[in-house]
Amino acid sequence: MKSRTIAFLQAPSIVLLLLWMIVPLSMTIYFSTIRFNLLYPERTGFIGFSNYEFFITDPGFVSAVINTLVLVLSVLVITVTLGMALAVLVNFSFRGRGIVRVLLISPFFIMPTVNALLWKNMFMNPVYGLFSVVSTFLGMEPIDWLANFPLGSIIIMISWQWIPFAFLIFMTSLQSQDPEPLEAASLDGANAWQKFRYMTVPHLSRAIAVVIMIQTIFHLSIFAEIFVTTGGGPGFNSTNMAFLIFSQALLQFDAGVASAGGVFAIILANIVAIFLIRLVGKTLVV
Amino acid sequence: MRLTPKQKHTLRVLLSWGAGIIMFFPIFWLVLTSFKTELQAISVPPLLFFEPTLENFALVQERSDYFSYAINSVITSFGATLLALLIAIPGAYAMAFWPSRFTKDILLWMLSTKMLPAVGVLMPIYLLVQKAGLLDTRTALVIIFAMINLPIVIWMLFSYFKEVPKEILESARMDGASTFDVITKLLLPLTKGGILSTALLSIVLCWNEAFWSINLTASDAGTLTALVASYSSPEGLFWAKLSAVSTLACAPIVVFGWFCQKQLVQGLTFGAVK
Repeated sequence: MKSRTIAFLQAPSIVLLLLWMIVPLSMTIYFSTIRFNLLYPERTGFIGFSNYEFFITDPGFVSAVINTLVLVLSVLVITVTLGMALAVLVNFSFRGRGIVRVLLISPFFIMPTVNALLWKNMFMNPVYGLFSVVSTFLGMEPIDWLANFPLGSIIIMISWQWIPFAFLIFMTSLQSQDPEPLEAASLDGANAWQKFRYMTVPHLSRAIAVVIMIQTIFHLSIFAEIFVTTGGGPGFNSTNMAFLIFSQALLQFDAGVASAGGVFAIILANIVAIFLIRLVGKTLVV
Repeated sequence: MRLTPKQKHTLRVLLSWGAGIIMFFPIFWLVLTSFKTELQAISVPPLLFFEPTLENFALVQERSDYFSYAINSVITSFGATLLALLIAIPGAYAMAFWPSRFTKDILLWMLSTKMLPAVGVLMPIYLLVQKAGLLDTRTALVIIFAMINLPIVIWMLFSYFKEVPKEILESARMDGASTFDVITKLLLPLTKGGILSTALLSIVLCWNEAFWSINLTASDAGTLTALVASYSSPEGLFWAKLSAVSTLACAPIVVFGWFCQKQLVQGLTFGAVK
């Protein structure tokens, strides 16, 4: 095929994504160097790096960076482990397998806002939540989850939603695993753990790369769950980068500082992206 | 104690069902709560058996027209998915069969654009949409959702297309088929399963997208995520009504997902995760 045709076919997706990235990005960089507060539209002008200084010295900045990374990493560890365990568990034929599969996948289809409200009210509410009902029943003090373990609670909610995704990917990957070598290994005396560790896990390497990549993409900018539950608090205990920028932009109306924060978030995302691509990128596109 | 193979099987079946029930339980409880009165919803101990009421659903429908939000959700998620597919199919086709030495980097760059947090570009996008006169329109949401999902759609299609032997396409081209014909008559039918599962994933992601629909829409183009958000703050204490609106918002996509999960699994088995 002519190289012009090839270029022509790819052009729409590349050009559109480039525009989608560059136009808002350059506007964000521009806004981050000017005075731009929605409450005081008359104050304008170039102010250099003041917005950046303001954002970095924000008391929430360090917590936001740490929380963002803790959130992404913990959810990854939980979802990959449990998703894989579930995929291996149900990877055999039995009556009702289809129904069990549907039950396991369903949480992935729930809206993030609904997911968060559901956990907040039904499980983590210190008075009528099921967790506190159960702990009272067992004779323990009920815990106010969102006040005492805000980040942990959010990690639970997000994991509940994304274990099904990891499960789905691992399950489909397991279906393409050739059963014969596994049987041969059993005959040679390999136990279940050895078969899992040295045959199944290597077979899943691409699926693991997919899960890590996609989930990191989505979890770097988790927003809705924090917005409807803890509001980033108490203090900055559950504020991540996305939420910190949001609170600058829409709660304090400072678009300039929020834009500087946006630039920081983009830098943070890029650092993570470089690590990720080093780690799993090559497996993804081969 | 050693288990017989039969006991092992039974144990594994029980564990599988147990895991499924535990994962699904929150959804079951949500639906159950939507049929309770406000008092029953927060009673301690929680009620499993009660006289169901439909008053929450009636109230939600009365206060905010559920169906107009639902239609907006359907139009934006299907529209955006279709648009993303139209842009992505030619691109993924070219990249899968005529890769250059930059193709891998281009794909990774595309995926990395998804890592940018939306809040970072909220201001610019808001201002651009406002300038274009598209605030609170479905058009704006369709375009934005399509752009958000485009990287994943291209990447998934790329991995499905790569599974098709190039010789099949080459021989069709030798016989004089145009690029358009090769794509529509040969490639798309061959990769139908993969394209469907890509579309399904994209529809689910659009349906549940909350950030842009909350920030860019009001009453005209509001989607179901915006409807739920509008109930969440002032209605925080009215848990039964919130459950009803949540059930209404999630039911279509969950049921859709149930019907399509087989397709999704089959599609994913080739290509992307293999």
